[in-house]
Amino acid sequence: MERRRIVGHQSIFILLLLLLLPSSLHAARIGDLTDTDILEQALRFFSFRDEALRTALLGCILLGLNCGLLGSFVVVRRMSLVGDTLSHAVLPGIALGFLWNMSKDPVVILIGATAAGALAMLTVNAITRTTRLKDDAAMGLVLSSFYAIGICLVTMIQRLPTGQKSGIDKFLFGQAAALTPSEVWVMAGTSLVSLTFLALCYRGLLVLSFHREFGESLGLRMAWMHHALMLLTAFAVVTAMQAVGVVLVSAMLIIPASTAYLLTDRMHRLVIIAAVIGMLSAVLGAFFSFLGNNFPTGPFMVLAGAALFSIAFLFSPRHGWLTRMWRHYSRRRRTERENTLKAMYHVLEDRDFHGEGVSLVDLAQRRRETIEEVTHRAAALKNAHLATLTDDGTILHFTPQGLQKAKAIVRNHRLWELYLTNVMLYESDHVHEDAEKIEHVIGEDQVRQLERRLDFPETDPHGKEIPKISSVSHRS
Amino acid sequence: MQTLIPSFDAHLVLVEPWTTALPTYGWMVLMAFLVTATCGLIGNYLILRRMALVGDAISHSVLPGLAIAFLITGGLSLPAMLAGALGAGLLTTSMIEFIHSKSRIKADAAIGITFCTLFALGVVLINVFASRVHLDADCVLYGELSYLHKPADAIAPRPVLIMGGVGLTVAALIAFFYKELLVSSFDTMLAASLGFRPKIIHLCLMAMLSIVIVAAFESVGAILVIAMLILPGATAQLITNRLAPCLWLSVLHAALSAVLGLHLAVWLDCSMAGAVVVAAAFLFTLAWIFAPGGILAGRRGATADPLLDSPLSS
Repeated sequence: MERRRIVGHQSIFILLLLLLLPSSLHAARIGDLTDTDILEQALRFFSFRDEALRTALLGCILLGLNCGLLGSFVVVRRMSLVGDTLSHAVLPGIALGFLWNMSKDPVVILIGATAAGALAMLTVNAITRTTRLKDDAAMGLVLSSFYAIGICLVTMIQRLPTGQKSGIDKFLFGQAAALTPSEVWVMAGTSLVSLTFLALCYRGLLVLSFHREFGESLGLRMAWMHHALMLLTAFAVVTAMQAVGVVLVSAMLIIPASTAYLLTDRMHRLVIIAAVIGMLSAVLGAFFSFLGNNFPTGPFMVLAGAALFSIAFLFSPRHGWLTRMWRHYSRRRRTERENTLKAMYHVLEDRDFHGEGVSLVDLAQRRRETIEEVTHRAAALKNAHLATLTDDGTILHFTPQGLQKAKAIVRNHRLWELYLTNVMLYESDHVHEDAEKIEHVIGEDQVRQLERRLDFPETDPHGKEIPKISSVSHRS
Repeated sequence: MQTLIPSFDAHLVLVEPWTTALPTYGWMVLMAFLVTATCGLIGNYLILRRMALVGDAISHSVLPGLAIAFLITGGLSLPAMLAGALGAGLLTTSMIEFIHSKSRIKADAAIGITFCTLFALGVVLINVFASRVHLDADCVLYGELSYLHKPADAIAPRPVLIMGGVGLTVAALIAFFYKELLVSSFDTMLAASLGFRPKIIHLCLMAMLSIVIVAAFESVGAILVIAMLILPGATAQLITNRLAPCLWLSVLHAALSAVLGLHLAVWLDCSMAGAVVVAAAFLFTLAWIFAPGGILAGRRGATADPLLDSPLSS
């Protein structure tokens, strides 16, 4: 299982490397390519052939990587709405950075936006510390106020003669195609910084995320680590903004990491899976928006991420909703089957194992159920090849596995009763209910231990014989 | 810089909006006041119930509701709008609840996932069916307070009428159910024991919130509406401990920020909705510094919650 997952990662990386190889062909702008069919466009998009697309795609991969990496810490620390606050609050910083020399200089914008984000987080802290407003109100207040200042600045910039063609409005919903090589370089730089930081301080970050007080008691600089992480998150948000947009960039922090959170329980795997899913949803989103003739990229990335999330939500091997329901359902079915087998065994035992057939009438009496219900149960046994039904549908016979299994269940039940009375000193009339539950879940090893502990007993507390089984190999 | 911030012309900025340009600016300032006051009234309860970010979530997810209502009915009639908003609000709260309860995802991440996805869906719908949905991206982001044309035969422009109606309804409902809302916001157990059905009150509040947000949506956009929801209540709660004065103060705050915002917008020639929020945030900062619960009045808020000291009563 684990092996397969690692191989999966490798193949994705190899695929990405292969994509990087083909030679470049200078081509027209993205908007001109709408007259070809989808397959051709997909080929064109994923083959890295033209310059602008390659920049956009590379930018998307980097932003997915960076957001996934940092988002996993944001999600496990339950700070998802901090990402939201951060992403809205950087807007005035972007506008001011833009005003610096009326162009989209990525470094200046990065500085301005990071400063605005830091100021916003400090304001949230100050509000919650000095007033009785709770942090959710403080965050909502700060994010929308900063955003309003940003909106005022943006509308003022758009009014300027040079502001019209500036593309600052692309920051609102994102446009991957508008990424410039220098922006991609900045993205690569910040991704590298966060990768290095995560690699160097991974253990410290683990402590920060799961047991901050413990870290403080060890004398680790938890506050510094927190601030560094917030700064890197701000970098990730700001650099991703050009492609995803101010409004939705927090989704790129939350959604891939939440998806990974459903898929694994280990932090290092969570970080890796989140990064991969981040890249995947960014690239898919960019691709679909490219198919649709220059739609904003951000919403498509978020929808791609949401689709991956819902797959994980439904089908994740351990935490998926449907998989859990299925597990629950099949366990209940198995328990029902085993109870029927047990009842058959009891019927046979009551008449000292004379004859092999168990009539449905006897079974119904034993289980205190109607004939219809018992017929239903008999069919379930037949389907599982644990019993055969005569042609007229009235008499059940054990198959060899069925008998083996029935004996095992009865043995488990009686051994457990004996254990409770002899070792745990329960009253013998209080042990049945407990044994009814444990008989379905107790494993072979525990049964062996029980037998040894009880010195290979012959009868249970009620004087009934504990069945012997030569070898129990089938447990489904 | 000269072109970015126009010179301050006192006559143009301070006098003209109230004299010669009153027919346009009057409706704008009235609309801004109505939006801020209505949102502020209901926002008080959101803050008290620590649901500020649910307001955030619903304000984003109203967008797909509106877009779908547009696509189905082909126009934005009042019933379609309300149905879209109610559907979206209900969908949001139940989706958050579903993700949160059926998986190991925590509540905060569930909120984030839900509203981002729905908002993205809304933007995509608007872009894909751009020819049929007459909501543009700009309107979604910073709203449109400037185009309020009064039809010749009507008393006021349609958005103002709708917003006024919603505002009056909200105010009437709050006045009528004041006690129920008060008790259930502070003490769910007590509310339940008095027979108030906290769950129903919660649902009604959510429904009201969705309607308020959708009415405010066109004029202030998805994100600024959060400011309208939180700022008046937050400012008022810094000034007083009692709920009834809080509600009055948030209406006053709304009026002040609408007027200040108008002048700011005229001066800087920027988005009116943005300017109103900036003015509201400025008033909040003033309250934060000078109010009894603020910085200058000592660190009372940090040590003891004044709400606990003096039980709220009206």
